[in-house]
Amino acid sequence: MPQTAAIEVKDLRFRWRTGLPEVLRITSLEVARGERIFIRGASGSGKSTLLALLAGVNLPTGGDVEILGETVNRLSSAGRDHFRSDHIGFIFQLFNLIPYLSVMDNVTLPCRFSRLRKEKATASGNSLQAEAMRLLAHLDMADEALIHRPVVELSVGQQQRVATARALIGAPEIIIADEPTSALDSEMRQVFLHLLFQECEETGSTLLFVSHDRQLEHLFERHIALDEINRLEQVV
Amino acid sequence: MAILSLALKSLLNRRFTASLVLLSIALSVALLLGVERLRVESRNSFANTISGTDLVVGARSGAINLLLYSVFRIGDATNNISWKSYKKFSEHSLVKWTIPISLGDSHRGYRVMGTNRDYFRFYKYANKRSLSFHQGRPFEEVYQAVLGHEVAGELDYRMGQEIVIAHGAGKTSFTLHDDKPFKVVGILEPTGTPVDRTVHVPLEGIEAIHVDWVAGRQVRGLNISADEALEKDLTPKAITAFLVGLKSKIATFRVQREINDYRKEPLLAVLPGVALQQLWDLISVAENALLIITLLVVAVGLIGILTVMLASLNERRREMAILRSVGARPGHILLLVTGEGLLLSLIGIAAGLLLLYAGLFLAQTYIETHYGLHLPIGLPSLREWLILVLVGTSALIVGLIPGYRAYRYSLADGMSIRI
Repeated sequence: MPQTAAIEVKDLRFRWRTGLPEVLRITSLEVARGERIFIRGASGSGKSTLLALLAGVNLPTGGDVEILGETVNRLSSAGRDHFRSDHIGFIFQLFNLIPYLSVMDNVTLPCRFSRLRKEKATASGNSLQAEAMRLLAHLDMADEALIHRPVVELSVGQQQRVATARALIGAPEIIIADEPTSALDSEMRQVFLHLLFQECEETGSTLLFVSHDRQLEHLFERHIALDEINRLEQVV
Repeated sequence: MAILSLALKSLLNRRFTASLVLLSIALSVALLLGVERLRVESRNSFANTISGTDLVVGARSGAINLLLYSVFRIGDATNNISWKSYKKFSEHSLVKWTIPISLGDSHRGYRVMGTNRDYFRFYKYANKRSLSFHQGRPFEEVYQAVLGHEVAGELDYRMGQEIVIAHGAGKTSFTLHDDKPFKVVGILEPTGTPVDRTVHVPLEGIEAIHVDWVAGRQVRGLNISADEALEKDLTPKAITAFLVGLKSKIATFRVQREINDYRKEPLLAVLPGVALQQLWDLISVAENALLIITLLVVAVGLIGILTVMLASLNERRREMAILRSVGARPGHILLLVTGEGLLLSLIGIAAGLLLLYAGLFLAQTYIETHYGLHLPIGLPSLREWLILVLVGTSALIVGLIPGYRAYRYSLADGMSIRI
């Protein structure tokens, strides 16, 4: 069986409600497995909308979203939630963590919802906690004192690294990072990206990195400007 | 369940607000159960006061009134009944035993009851239990008294002590029958009934202290000493009421009708159970009002939960979005928020139970000595469990309100994080 693409989008259209104008029309977008791709878009360019469609949180008005060979928009609502928790890890811009959970609980959170990722995380014979510690160690976050601190007391950089460990646990095939570096200073940004790339390479994950920051573009194998592939007749 | 452990952690994170809400639930539940237990136990206590008596007979008034003054020592008789009438019915062929009761005097706030030795033989309380003596024996002579357990305990009276009876039923009576003191010859075991708060003397004793009295006043210059009084005929002319035990229960209504239809004197005979039921019907209005109030208190507690949860919902939309991104379904969000409300209520209910038992444990002795009401510390009754289930169910319904809102939010927001 030939290896399917990580992401394949065909004739994707989206409008929030019938009667409202289309906000997204993408004829084709293909991302290969293991690829690191940079999607540039100013705020309001439909970035979040695209991510919600890829994640199966919203359904396209037309066209198909295929992730790992699965046509996500044809799945049931529960099926999409399940598919997302099994195969996609998310890192957001800010405040990624659940404030009342410990660092450890935050990292292992996806395994509460996805048996597949729990199995993958413990496949090496490690306990879930040991796997979380391994990921945190890779991200320079293995300090015992840090781990036991309430997550709201961590610095933004530390929080983003915890969020990264959470996205990576159980090795999901796709990592979607939505402006994860915008709250970091430029030095931290480099360190963070370096760690992120390293981890994605190790797990073989496809990285979809969304940002408006052109300075980071050159670090990626491929970059796409959202307003170039978004072929709306009228720009909204 | 994974999502419920999240709910618990979320609650722990907001432990201050959560514990306040929890406290309000616990207090309201304890109050509700406390009122319920007090209601049940006071009914039990009333029902336990008289047992094995088929009819209570007094002057014609109301059934509840008769029962209250003759058995519970609450209130006063409207009229007396003549000794002749009492004699007639006590010798009735269907009657097994009678206990005459003569009330009207008191001793330091405790009612004094004139009766005869049949009282100690035939009076039964609770589940047909007879009176038994803690110390001493029944009275044999005119100036002897038998004390209820509480009277002896509270006033620290011992055997052989002489007590003076006051005229009238008030706590501070100015007219004392101090020329004719009574000697304590017996102290009864506790019964948990008004018997504990009664001073028992022979009917002849009541007669003797009133020989030089006319129309409720001591006649001036007519001082008859205790010994001189013994010379007189001390058969009472009237008593307040009497209790009747029949040879066969089947005859109850027949004897009752006979007494009620007695032409020579207007009498009233009531079945204690029936009169008690009438009393409950009367009291149930107040009981229901109390129940409604405590239910409202519980409702206020639940509304407190609702308020706290709804208020925090908006600031938790970010949390919902994160959960959605890691694969939580909207149903999980519903479960998380509703689960939090339910957990709060369940812990609150458990704390309320704990509070109730702590309260019972602390107040048991006080209530028993001051109000003569024994509150047993037992497992919750079926009715109490039902109340708890009802509170729990209402809590679930209340928790579903913010749960449903969170569900709608998470459907609308998806993963987009709104601040």
